[in-house]
Amino acid sequence: MQMQPALLLPEIIIFAGGLAVLLGGSFLPRHRQWIARAVAAAALLGAAATAAVAMAGTAQTGFSGTFTVDTATGAARVIAAVTTLLVLGVAGGEIAGSPRESDTYALLLFATTGTMVLAGTTDLLVLIVGFLLASIPLYGIVGLTGGASGAEAAMKTYLMGALSGIVLMLGATVLYALAGGTGYARLADELPAAPAAAVGVGVLCVLTGLLFKAGGVPVHFWVPDAAQGSGVTAATFLTTVPKIGALVAVYRLVATVSTGNDSWLIVAAVLATASMFLGNLAAYWQRDPRRLLGWSTVAQVGFLLVPIAAAGRSDLALPSLLFYLAAYAPTNVAAFAVTAALPKHRELAAYRGLARTRPGLALALLAALLGLVGTPPLAVFVGKLTTATAAWDSGYGWLALVVMLNSLLSLFYYLRWFGPVFARPAEDTQGFPRPGGAADWPTATAVTAATAGLGLGILAGIVWAALEGPLLLQG
Amino acid sequence: MLSLIVFLPLVIAAVMAAVPSIGPAAARWTWVAVSAAELVLVGALWAGYEDPGPNGLAFEEQVPWIPGVNSSYHVGVDGLSLPLLAMTAVVFLACAVYALKDSARSRAQSALFLFLQGVSFGVFVSADLILFFVFFDLSIVGMYFVIAGWGHGNAARSALKFFLYTFLGSLALLLGFIGLYVGSDPHSFDIPELVGAAPLENNPVAGPLVMAAILVGLAVKTPTVPFHTWLPPAHTDAPAIGSAVLAAVLLKMGTYGFVRIAMPILPDAWRAWAWPIVVIGIVSVLYGALVALAQTNLKRMIAYTSVNHMGYIVLALGAVGLVVDDTAAARSVAVTGAVVQMVSHGLITAALFLLAGVMRARAGTYDMDSFGGLAGPAPRYATLFAIAAFASLGLPGLSGFIAEFQIFAGSIALAPITAIALPGILITAALFLRALQRVFTGSTQGQSHGFADVSGRQLWSVGPLLALSLLIGVLPQVLLAVIEPASAALVGLVGR
Repeated sequence: MQMQPALLLPEIIIFAGGLAVLLGGSFLPRHRQWIARAVAAAALLGAAATAAVAMAGTAQTGFSGTFTVDTATGAARVIAAVTTLLVLGVAGGEIAGSPRESDTYALLLFATTGTMVLAGTTDLLVLIVGFLLASIPLYGIVGLTGGASGAEAAMKTYLMGALSGIVLMLGATVLYALAGGTGYARLADELPAAPAAAVGVGVLCVLTGLLFKAGGVPVHFWVPDAAQGSGVTAATFLTTVPKIGALVAVYRLVATVSTGNDSWLIVAAVLATASMFLGNLAAYWQRDPRRLLGWSTVAQVGFLLVPIAAAGRSDLALPSLLFYLAAYAPTNVAAFAVTAALPKHRELAAYRGLARTRPGLALALLAALLGLVGTPPLAVFVGKLTTATAAWDSGYGWLALVVMLNSLLSLFYYLRWFGPVFARPAEDTQGFPRPGGAADWPTATAVTAATAGLGLGILAGIVWAALEGPLLLQG
Repeated sequence: MLSLIVFLPLVIAAVMAAVPSIGPAAARWTWVAVSAAELVLVGALWAGYEDPGPNGLAFEEQVPWIPGVNSSYHVGVDGLSLPLLAMTAVVFLACAVYALKDSARSRAQSALFLFLQGVSFGVFVSADLILFFVFFDLSIVGMYFVIAGWGHGNAARSALKFFLYTFLGSLALLLGFIGLYVGSDPHSFDIPELVGAAPLENNPVAGPLVMAAILVGLAVKTPTVPFHTWLPPAHTDAPAIGSAVLAAVLLKMGTYGFVRIAMPILPDAWRAWAWPIVVIGIVSVLYGALVALAQTNLKRMIAYTSVNHMGYIVLALGAVGLVVDDTAAARSVAVTGAVVQMVSHGLITAALFLLAGVMRARAGTYDMDSFGGLAGPAPRYATLFAIAAFASLGLPGLSGFIAEFQIFAGSIALAPITAIALPGILITAALFLRALQRVFTGSTQGQSHGFADVSGRQLWSVGPLLALSLLIGVLPQVLLAVIEPASAALVGLVGR
């Protein structure tokens, strides 16, 4: 087995772009920091393009079977790169001209690299590397962009992250001890014969670590705080991009350990149910739109875990997970971008009458929130439909019922937000800023991302065809 | 052709929403023009229509959409959908004409109603479950904004209730659709394919469960007792044209779902559920009529008569599932009656709601007790209202009679017990006569003073609806010739 650096080209491009931004940014005057943003965007575009090319080729593994380039990796790379690009658009309104601008971009790029590594790896040790690479820059971003309330959010994120990282490593150690190796191929061969209780502890620990990255129950407590307390750039990024890598990694892990053993699928189904219900019910009476979105992303992780309960049992499972990720990312970014365009409006009630003064922004918000509910023909609808179908197809009809029930639950709090947007403006509201200035960046991002959410739904067939491909587990 | 009918209003709506420089008057006239063009297109469709035979579709179009789950953009019409398509076109044109003088945000209103029109056509031409669901769900979103944006009274709350309740229904429906997909072999969302395959047949557990999900979904939309509680507040607080569209078109999506999806795809389960459906139908008929009788608010009263009228449809369709031996003729009559009732109720109730809107525009209230002797100052209004009321209570010579006569002729032949729903007609007659008496007869008093008679535009929106009802009542063959072959085909499918 030889090294094949070309397989890691997208990761290398983004990481190198991150280094260039970090070093170059130190020498740029503050009013020329947009160059750093342009470099970061170019790196992301380059990575997305190379990842798409790699996706069109045949699936292969490299680095002694520790890294796989298959449809899942390719899709996760493209989605992660494009989503980070959208996050840069959100950042354009918030941190343009701020002292830490290029540092933030560099950290975003490093974290994106980590996410991609998480998605592609088929080895527990590389999984740990990916986890750390995706997590450590995140602590920095949360702290850098948040101000005073960001400190608390950063602390909480850091402590939860450190704990989860240790748990993840503990799990990897246990599994290594049981299987005598860390590659997934070896785990699939050896674990069925190993003591069930020890395997259970090991897999649960690894899952816990990954669920921290995904922001799902039971390690979700940091998500709403970070979404509310940190800057909007950080909030958008950490509720969207890390999920992509983490959920693909969870899928690979569950597919590995569930060969001939359904109990891990049931665990995934239970985790999905818990995330959905907890996220949706906790979002109910939130008044800060960003905290509401934070809880809503916890619920969305639940929806995203649904196809994992069908891993290996339904042909729809993997494509539906990837499609849901592709649909969720722009939709969620659009919602956050609207809050970024109105940074002073931190109450749901303050959005009253938005449609009269800023119809474009209001429509983007509507498309984003209806998208998160799962209204057709928006993309998340196709995601929800196919994930629920995959679950039912593999024998979890009740999980499909839970998905529908939770979609209904979620409609209520999204309605609390976009209902007032289209109502008559109240007399005493603070009014809305005119278009223009730095806030045009997030506005444009919101409209672009919402349009992408609609386009993905209408062109679902084409996208779906690109996502149908086998999962390469064995090295 | 069908795609043009569906997407023309959607495209115009998008343009209208996107171009702020379109003035209010231009927007309203564009709306009228597009609705009129749609009516012409549907008329051309009707003229060129030939019965496609059992499980066939005329004017079929199919383009793959999500091949991964076997879902396609598949549209077509048959004798069950074409009459509803025509009724939808007529009702939307009536609403467009009615709204010609409205001034509240005309551009947004016109765009929204054109959107609703395209979506409603979409529901009635869909031959794919997912496509059906897409339009079905979008109709809910559109109507939410109509009620929330242009309603009165407690509009926000009513709109919220409407959205949550009907969204619950649509999710139950989606669950049922997924069940059909999983239960079919090969997996498909295509309606004609599913009808041909009859999935979940002889499956005594999954079949009835999937049917239950679909039934709940459609029953919420129809609505039948006990899922009707969203309807009265939604109607009471919606604007007149919103109520007209909601009652005439959106409610039909529920009953249309029965004849398009539930009955032909799951004939086994439909027969298994036949008795509960019949009972729900009878209860809806009687309960709707009795509650309507107790109303003093005119609009609430009309809303409850909708529950009553939809009950007849459910009753007839349920009765079709009761027996399968040599009663094909009676069953066919019941189905035909149900479809005629959908069209007839659409025309009549739209007229009634528009007339209620006139009342509110003139006097600011729907309270029937604040009127009296209205026939004096407003004779044309009184005439229109009387015709609509008589049509609604099933007077021979008007469309309601044709529908209800066939429904009862078919149902009672199949199951004599359904005759206990007959008093529903009597109560409806009583409540309309009482309303006519309260509002229009006697000496002119209360709000009736200074009540201006209907204007030309109002006459031109309500009049054609009632004229069509009269046409169907006098020359039912125009409509029946289209519906009857489709009813016979459906009865054949349910009897499999």
